[in-house]
Amino acid sequence: MSSARKLADAGRFLISGSGAVYLVLIAIFAIIFANNASFFEPANLMLFVKKAAPLLILAVGQYFVIVAGEFDLSVGSLVGAQVVLAALLIDGQESRTWPVILLMLLGGAAVGLVNGLITTLLKVPSIITTLGMMLVLFGAIRLLTGGAPTGALSEGFRVFGRRGIDDVPLIGQLPWALLIIVAVGAAAVLLMRSSFGRTLVAVGDNEKAAGFAGTRVWWVRTAAFVLSGLSATVAGILVGGFAGVTSQVGDGMEFVAITAVVLGGVVLGGGRGAVLAAIAGALTVESLFTLFTQLSVPSTIRPTAQGLIIIVAVAYASRERSRRHTPHPSPKPPEPNRHSDVALSKE
Amino acid sequence: MRASRLALVGLAAVTLLLSACSTDTPTETPPGDQPTQTADGEWFVRADYDRQLAQRAMTPEGPADKPYLQAIQPEWIDTAKFKKDGGDATVCFSNASISNPWRVTGWITMQQQVEVLKQSGDIGEFRVSDAGDDDNKQISDIQAFVEAGDCDSIIISPSTTATLTPAVQAACDSGVPVVVFDRGVQTDCAVTYIHPIGGYAFGADAAEFLVKNLEPGKKVLALRILPGVDVLENRWAAAQEVFKGSGIEVLGNEFTGGDGAKIKDIVSQYLQRGDVDGIWMDAGDGAVAALEAFEDAGKPYPVFSGEDELTFMRKWKDTGIKAIAPVYSNFQWRTPILAATMILKGEKVPSEWVLPQSPITDAELDDYLARNADMPSLHYAKFGGEDLPGFPDAWKDR
Repeated sequence: MSSARKLADAGRFLISGSGAVYLVLIAIFAIIFANNASFFEPANLMLFVKKAAPLLILAVGQYFVIVAGEFDLSVGSLVGAQVVLAALLIDGQESRTWPVILLMLLGGAAVGLVNGLITTLLKVPSIITTLGMMLVLFGAIRLLTGGAPTGALSEGFRVFGRRGIDDVPLIGQLPWALLIIVAVGAAAVLLMRSSFGRTLVAVGDNEKAAGFAGTRVWWVRTAAFVLSGLSATVAGILVGGFAGVTSQVGDGMEFVAITAVVLGGVVLGGGRGAVLAAIAGALTVESLFTLFTQLSVPSTIRPTAQGLIIIVAVAYASRERSRRHTPHPSPKPPEPNRHSDVALSKE
Repeated sequence: MRASRLALVGLAAVTLLLSACSTDTPTETPPGDQPTQTADGEWFVRADYDRQLAQRAMTPEGPADKPYLQAIQPEWIDTAKFKKDGGDATVCFSNASISNPWRVTGWITMQQQVEVLKQSGDIGEFRVSDAGDDDNKQISDIQAFVEAGDCDSIIISPSTTATLTPAVQAACDSGVPVVVFDRGVQTDCAVTYIHPIGGYAFGADAAEFLVKNLEPGKKVLALRILPGVDVLENRWAAAQEVFKGSGIEVLGNEFTGGDGAKIKDIVSQYLQRGDVDGIWMDAGDGAVAALEAFEDAGKPYPVFSGEDELTFMRKWKDTGIKAIAPVYSNFQWRTPILAATMILKGEKVPSEWVLPQSPITDAELDDYLARNADMPSLHYAKFGGEDLPGFPDAWKDR
C-alpha cells in the first residue's frame, strides 16, 4: 500500500463515524493549543494526565459493561465509597496503605459481582440494579460516616494519583497515573482480542445467538461487571491520590464515564465499539473540561455547551451506522456451531 | 447523506467556536464589563452589606464565654404568651439536610445540647425529620409536625428561602412558637430568627485580608461552590465590592462544587498560564487541594482565605502560609434549642438573633488547633460545644 493510500485511508477513517471521536479530540487540542500553547509543555501535559486518569480508567470499565449490552450506574458512588472508606480505614497511617488497597480491590470486585449476578440471574435490568447499588452505596457511606468523610489518606496511598518518577529526561516527572493508564489500556486491548473479549462483544450484539453458540451469557456479563467494579476501584485510588478526600468525590462520575464511552462510538445496547475509542472518548471529555477552563467559559453555560457537543458528536458517529445497519428485529438464532463470526464488530 | 453529515460537522464547529467566543480571557476584560464584576447585582443589597460590615465591629450582648448565647443589636421581645409550665416539652426540628460536613458538625452539637436539656427536664422529646435537601420533603415534614399537634415548639432550618416561606408561615399560624435558623425565609412570623452576621461579612473578611496582604496589581483567583445560593452569592458580592478599586486583579471566579479534584485541576490550569498570588474561597471545602496545586506546580504558596474547617487549618499550620479562616459560626446550631426552651419558659429572646461571627486569624490559629486536637479533619473549629458533656467523643466518632 502506498503511503498516499494509507494517508487517504486514515483520512477516511477520521471522517467516518467511528473515527469521529479522534477528530473531535484533535479539534479540541488544536483550540487549546491556539489559546495556550504552554498546555503542551511536558509538565503541563503530565498534569493533565493525572487529572484525566481516573475517568480514563472508569471509561475502560464502563466499556466492558456497555459493549456487553448493559449499564453500570454504580461506579460514581463506588469511587466515592472506596475513597471515603479508604480514608476511614487508613486514618493517616502509612502501614495500613497496602492492606486497605487490597481490601478496596476485593470490595470493588464484590460490588461488581453482586451487580452482575443480580442482573443476569435475577433478570433485573442492569439500569435498575446499578441504580439501586448506587443508592445503596451512597446511603451506606452516609450511615457509616454520619454524612461527611472522616480520617485521612496516607501519603503512600496518594503516591499513585499525585506523584511519579522524578527527574525523567525531557518530561521531568513521569506520573504513576500515566503508567497505570498505559498498563490498564494495554491489558484491556489484549483482553478484547482474546476469546473472552470476542465473546463479550457477541453477547452484547445478540445475546440469544451467543447463547445458542454455547456462551455462558450470565457469566460473561457478570465478569464485565466485576471488571467495571475493579476499574472503579483503580479510579478511586487515582482520584483520592490526586486530590485527597472531599465529600463530593465520585459525584456524577458514572454519567461522565458513560458519556465518554458513547462519545467513543461505543453503541449503547452493546455489540459495537472499540476500547481504545472509549479511552479516546474519556480523553475528549477531559480535554473539553480543560478547554472550558482555558477559555474562561462561564461555569453556568458549560453544561449546555458540553451537552451540545456530545449530542452532535454522537449523532455524527451514528450516521454511518444507520445507513449500513438496519436494526434486525430479533433474528432467527443461527445454527449452534457457527459461532465464530456471530456479529463481531469491526474493531 | 453527505449534506447532512456536513451540516453536523458545521454545527459541531459552530458550537466549539461559540463556546470559544462567548467570553474573553479574564485579563482582557476591563473591570466592570462583565455583570459579575459589579457588585450591584441581583445578590447585592448595599444596606445589608453596610449593616453586616458594621456589625462585625459591634460588641454583642451576652456572656463572652458563650458566643452561642450572644446577640448583636438585639431587639428583645416578650414571649410570656408561649410560656408552658412543667418542662418536658416536645421540641420538633425540621432539618434541611446533613449533606455537608458543616451541617454534620452542627447537627452533632445540637443533639448534645438536647441531651443536656433532657437531663435538666426542660425537653421531654426531641423529634427530628431530615429533608435531605428536598424542598417538597421539608414542606411535608413541617406539615406533619403541625398536623400532629403535639409539638410545643417547631425549629426549622429551611433548605431554601422562597419555597419554604409558606410552610414556615403555616407552622406559625398553628400557634406554637417557631424558631428559624441558618438560612432565612421571607416572613418574620417566627418568634426568633437565628443566624450569624452573614454572607457579606464572611466574603468581606476574606477579601479584606487579601487586599491587606497583597500589593496592588497582584492576582487573585476566586473559587466558589455553586451559583444561585444566596448565602454564597452574598459572600462573592461582598468580595467584589472590596476588590473593586483595591488594585487587586481578579483572575476569574470558578465554580468547583467543592470537589477537590476539580479545584486542583482549575488552580493548576491557572498556574500554567501565570502567577496566582491569592486565593479567595466562598467556603473552605477543598482548600487543601488548591494548596496542593501550588505544591505540585512548584510555585510559592498564595495568600489564602479558607474557612475554619480543620483540614485547611492544619495545612495552614504545617505550611506556615499567610492565611485567614473566615467563619460562618457553626455554634449557631446550639442556639435554636436554647432559644426554644427560653421561649417555653416565657423568657425574652431577640426577635432577630444575630450571633457573632469573627474570622480565625494567624494569632488564634494555635489556640483553635489545640482546642480541636482530637477532632476529625472535616470538623469546624468554631463549633462551640467544648463545654457539653459529650465532648469530645460525640464529635470524634461520627
